[in-house]
Amino acid sequence: MATDKVDPIHQFHLTNLIPVDIGGLDLSFTNSSLFMVIVAVVTAGFLYLTTANRGLVPTRLQSISEMSYEFVASMLRDGAGSQGMRFFPFVFSLFMFILVANLVGMVPYFFTVTSHIIVTFAFSMLVIGTVVVYGFWKHGLHFLNLFVPSGVPGALLPLVVAIEIISFLSRPISLSVRLFANMLAGHITLKVFAGFVFSLGSMGALGIGGAVLPLAMTVALTGLEFLVAFLQAYVFAVLTCMYLNDALHPGH
Amino acid sequence: MVDSKDADRNAIPGAGGGTPEKGGDSLEARRKRLATELAARSVPETPEVEGREKPQGFALAVKLSSEFIAGVLVGALLGYLLDRFAGTTPWGMIVFLLLGFCAGVLNVLRSTGAVSTPVPGSRSGSPEQD
Repeated sequence: MATDKVDPIHQFHLTNLIPVDIGGLDLSFTNSSLFMVIVAVVTAGFLYLTTANRGLVPTRLQSISEMSYEFVASMLRDGAGSQGMRFFPFVFSLFMFILVANLVGMVPYFFTVTSHIIVTFAFSMLVIGTVVVYGFWKHGLHFLNLFVPSGVPGALLPLVVAIEIISFLSRPISLSVRLFANMLAGHITLKVFAGFVFSLGSMGALGIGGAVLPLAMTVALTGLEFLVAFLQAYVFAVLTCMYLNDALHPGH
Repeated sequence: MVDSKDADRNAIPGAGGGTPEKGGDSLEARRKRLATELAARSVPETPEVEGREKPQGFALAVKLSSEFIAGVLVGALLGYLLDRFAGTTPWGMIVFLLLGFCAGVLNVLRSTGAVSTPVPGSRSGSPEQD
């Protein structure tokens, strides 16, 4: 039990809550799934309840909902133009889910869904899949103009196109790694410093005096983590808008 | 929070522009003017949003390293798959790993802004469709 308290990785362990096994596939309902459900319920419930009795003069909670709408809408308009607004439900759901998942993860003993790379990778594959499918559906083969920069000599073109394609394919990876690494590293740092408090505090009076320093650090890091939680959701949504812009205007 | 301040500031020119025409202003015209004023007001907000994007410290490190590593990883993966299905071992891996390094460097340069991200107009190809 004592190792649980100081082991910074322990918080990311998956545990099967309801084992489900379909055709050899392990589809168990894990603590990660549980928190995904919690995040979805909290997000949808918050947005529903705060706008259920909406008034012309918003209450505080209603204005939070409205601000998040305005925030994502202006982000999408800036990033992908007014045509991008057809993706608003997608981007808004993604942004709210990641934001709430990050914030829920800040509650002690709660699981951070976005600290697992497979989750963030699924998000980014969803984004890139949307970009590719919509791009080809809307523009057909013109979508491939995305990979052909202008003003490149013909001899270099195959090389440049190959690099551009690899660069495009690397987007989902860098998108998911960025969110995942920030959340993972933040929670590990937090846990390590909090672990210092615990281990120093168990070393007598001098240790308790020394534990003040990591405690102060933990408090500061907690504030920073809230900022990172918001910032990473924002970065993810902004990049989503940029990539959707490519799907909307590939030929430009 | 910003809105109330902006509204106060805009109220003065708005009222000054509105009163001389009195009731002659149709609802449509007033709505149009409101739309243009709102559009004009939303422009200065953009740099503020852009400025918030600048990450620092650890976030910057993660951003740049993930961009670079992603390029290399994708290059290696493509090379591996090519070798596996076309039987060109080891050439696909060699070529695509190098291309992946190039793409990684390109990603990093783009995300730092050293190389401009292709903006509308700089790409070749089809004329404007929309």
